[in-house]
Amino acid sequence: MKDEITREDRVDALGGMGCKRKRVEDARFTQGKGKYVDDIKLPGMLFGDFVRSPYAHARIKSIDTSAALAVDGVVAVLTADDLRPLGLHWMPTLAGDKQMVLADGKVLFQGQEVAYVVARDRYIAADAVELVEVEYEDLPVLVDPFEALKSDVVLREDLVAEDGSLPDGAHGPRKHPNHIFTWEVGEKEATAQVIDSAEIVAEESMYYHRTHPCPLETCGCVASMDKVNGKLTLWGTFQAPHAIRTIVSLISGIEEHNIRVISPDIGGGFGNKVGAYAGYVCSVVASIVTGVSVKWIEDRMENLMTTAFARDYWMKGRISATPEGKITGLWCEVTADHGGFDACADPTKFPAGFMNICTGSYDIPTAYLAVDGVYTNKAPGGVSYRCSFRVTEAVYFIERMIEVLAIELNMDAAELRRINFIRKDQFPYQSALGWEYDSGDYHTAWDKALKAVDYDGLRAEQAQRVEEFKAGKTRKLMGVGLSFFTEIVGAGPVKNCDILGLGMFDSCEIRIHPTGSAIARLGTISQGQGHATTFAQILASEIGLPADSITIEEGDTDTAPYGLGTYGSRSTPVAGAATAMAGRKIRAKAQMIAAYLLEVHDDDVEFDVDRFAVKGAPEKFKTMKEIAFAAYNQAIPGIEPGLEAVSYYDPPNMTYPFGAYVCVMDIDVDTGVTDIRRFYALDDCGTRINPMIIEGQVHGGLTEALAVALGQEIAYDDMGNVKTGTLMDFFLPTAWEVPNYETDYTVTPSPHHPIGAKGVGESPHVGGVPCFSNAVNDAFRAFGLRHTNMPHDHWRIWKTANDLGLHG
Amino acid sequence: MIPAAFEYHRPKDMEGVLSVLAEHGDDARVLAGGHSLIPMMKLRMADVPHLIDLQDVGGLGGIDVADGTIRLGAMVTQAEIIAHEGLAKAAPILREASLQIADPQVRYMGTIGGNVANGDPGNDMPGLMQCLDATFTLVGADGERQIAAREFYQAAYMTAREDDEVLTGVSFTVPSGGYAYEKQKRKIGDYATAAAAVQITRDGETCSGAAIAMTNLSDTPIFSDAAGAALTGTQVTDSDIDAAVKAMLSDIDPTEDNRGPIEFKRHASAVILRRAIARAWSRA
Repeated sequence: MKDEITREDRVDALGGMGCKRKRVEDARFTQGKGKYVDDIKLPGMLFGDFVRSPYAHARIKSIDTSAALAVDGVVAVLTADDLRPLGLHWMPTLAGDKQMVLADGKVLFQGQEVAYVVARDRYIAADAVELVEVEYEDLPVLVDPFEALKSDVVLREDLVAEDGSLPDGAHGPRKHPNHIFTWEVGEKEATAQVIDSAEIVAEESMYYHRTHPCPLETCGCVASMDKVNGKLTLWGTFQAPHAIRTIVSLISGIEEHNIRVISPDIGGGFGNKVGAYAGYVCSVVASIVTGVSVKWIEDRMENLMTTAFARDYWMKGRISATPEGKITGLWCEVTADHGGFDACADPTKFPAGFMNICTGSYDIPTAYLAVDGVYTNKAPGGVSYRCSFRVTEAVYFIERMIEVLAIELNMDAAELRRINFIRKDQFPYQSALGWEYDSGDYHTAWDKALKAVDYDGLRAEQAQRVEEFKAGKTRKLMGVGLSFFTEIVGAGPVKNCDILGLGMFDSCEIRIHPTGSAIARLGTISQGQGHATTFAQILASEIGLPADSITIEEGDTDTAPYGLGTYGSRSTPVAGAATAMAGRKIRAKAQMIAAYLLEVHDDDVEFDVDRFAVKGAPEKFKTMKEIAFAAYNQAIPGIEPGLEAVSYYDPPNMTYPFGAYVCVMDIDVDTGVTDIRRFYALDDCGTRINPMIIEGQVHGGLTEALAVALGQEIAYDDMGNVKTGTLMDFFLPTAWEVPNYETDYTVTPSPHHPIGAKGVGESPHVGGVPCFSNAVNDAFRAFGLRHTNMPHDHWRIWKTANDLGLHG
Repeated sequence: MIPAAFEYHRPKDMEGVLSVLAEHGDDARVLAGGHSLIPMMKLRMADVPHLIDLQDVGGLGGIDVADGTIRLGAMVTQAEIIAHEGLAKAAPILREASLQIADPQVRYMGTIGGNVANGDPGNDMPGLMQCLDATFTLVGADGERQIAAREFYQAAYMTAREDDEVLTGVSFTVPSGGYAYEKQKRKIGDYATAAAAVQITRDGETCSGAAIAMTNLSDTPIFSDAAGAALTGTQVTDSDIDAAVKAMLSDIDPTEDNRGPIEFKRHASAVILRRAIARAWSRA
């Protein structure tokens, strides 16, 4: 046994930042002991279920609920007519539009909510749904946004004035009844001029298909109105519980203090659980009407077909360069399919999210972006699926454009990236489209990645494979996928980021208990990210109490301080910062207490791991545990008892994590089957709080990237029928489909974040999608392919090979 | 995804099963592993007012390899097929095919009887049974009868089984020669984009017999007599394989779905069959 406890031992005992602390959540999650919304059972609880439209576009002639109401156990059947007197037949969306809660005269997408059946149990409700008779008159269906912008068919009559004119939308003038907004950023004329007069120009059109976050747990809620005390409790799968409370208050008229929103354990969100859905509103109304609690849980098909989708961006790019490969200009035009209602979850001032990060990791002097939002007969949504707002689209766009430019220049794509990276000395870097990148060291990361995979060796092997293929010795091609991404996360500064007028700050409140343990509550909510583990680590390092002695609590609006929730990798950049800042307030007070106890001046003690010690006399100290006790049992002149702090953190800037990924893929040109031989992922997320959780996040994000790149889509037929409404057809990879991932890192702290952390949960998805896609495209580069769209499932890859004449 | 209300029956013997079937006709369906029927019920695509669970019915299990014949009770699971060493030795194609069906959890529940009786064109066992020229045993009010797997399938979910009959087992002669079950699928748990079951016997350098069946390329499994015939008597050269593939292609009739258009499926089925023949021949 060691006789002396070293400083290192004391650091280890804290389990603070940088250590691979095991996730405290896993004890319950790995044993099936989590408590999710569907685990909530209240006395007399009723169940809600939706009658949904089989049509993508139809007028509703009549709804007959009598047969359903006659079923024993059916309590109510709500239609828009029942909600109208309450003003709840429509609700506001996060994008400044409004959305029908229940079909008000027409339906705009397949699966749209038409009536809400409330019954004694979910089986009766499901039977009664079948008995609601709805008479539809089908209308012409628009599933193509380009068609929609030309069509005489008006999807949203509510947005056309009686004289036929088009009132402005939430984001300015509209040029067609099916047009939602145009959002422009950058220098249009200057960019056109640069590109038009450039020696080298590469152009490409690409479609980033519609997909869906598909969390394992679908959306749901339990609404419970207590008519005695007038309080409404709403449990649900909410990624932003406080925002939901405010929205519920605003649309229901119930005062906010009488609403308690609770997010229990959540089985994955990935953006799907940010928005407000008809199921929440109907459940609240049903509980108010019946006076008992009402549960609503989506099934898998409802989740895939109706709650928020992601992507669906048609992107057209032009990029210009000097013959040596220095990029001079970038032009990006997007036609964005938003479905029947504009329910995108973006900060108010950013109708296309942060798509203007599309200059990527490159020093591009001139750029222009224009995004047109369009209504179609598809489900509404447009959420950030494991990414910050529209950042996957932006990064996919630029990383494909770089590859296309490399082809145009007949240059190696890795080298093209290298000569265009923003240099380390250029940070903070002002991008042409308005962002200030906080920090980065792209060249170091890129060199490390290329060296790790023996990039030159891979290219040599690939060239040899092409020769063998041409000689008929193999039917497999080899693709080397590259991507270098810069994310923009941590929304965000209140001066330009809000959702429904709510500034996107976040918060942490800490209470230190007398015996030296603590509870911290945050405005965020974990959906599996491991907040209870990592936030305790931040605090342990900041306040010198062991992480194991700190409880992290989120998700109950009655106890947690106000915050905007968890999505867009904002928890660590914003709430993590608030946690550190609140911890520092604790430490500041602890310093005064320590000085008092040690009978020295405040400035004569200094913090050291888990204690305050007298400067120059480290043997004279008070541990944080001792200080905590003193805070509650000593009458200290000029200092209030107790040890608590709260911090609301308004970030001065976004954070800009980045990374370098390489994918090596073999492709069977005859079957279109892909085999990922190697995947290397280097992430720089600034200061690393828990390397094990980072690795887990990278694995998860890459797997969702693989899914999207290689097959995951929400596809519609011409009639607006969803073709991929079950997990048979909607690709959710299993362990079998997932390759081994090699993870690596560099550390470039954020200069403006209190602990230098940038966030990592979404980087692997953002960087992964173009990496997988580039591998597929790269495999066919030697045969003349410039670009082929995702998803790269078997038949589409086969078709690419077929179109290139590779099947003889 | 909640099924319509149904009556659950759990008889202890076949007599009990048959009496429920006799009473309710096509309003009743038997349940084996449930992996085809239950999702259909949950989607309310199958309306089954009377569900008869076969779990407690005796005499429907067992793998029997004797006297050159293999008999599998209808309730034998895919997991049991995979685990059975005697079966793997006698008819290794069953293990090779079963390992390509879904995932271990499904294979613990999924049965040979349910797989072949439901008539789902996506199921792997029907084509395999046709390749092996298996015989299905059906029991009804009038007693037992046998029907060849190659005669059993009429259309998607339509078979030669009468509404009041139960499929109780499959049997086939112990196969000889080389074998292969080759399947292309999008992911674990998916039905085949294209799958081929091949058994080949060899006499010196010559193919003395070949049986070929394809899965999920028509509304029934396709036993391609012509494809097998194209190989028989040949030395299974590339051009012989081409002939077999060509024969197979004129027997299948794939439809477009999320796995791809018809053109792709025809191409993939040709590739898959080529690989299956090559592997089977190398093992013959």
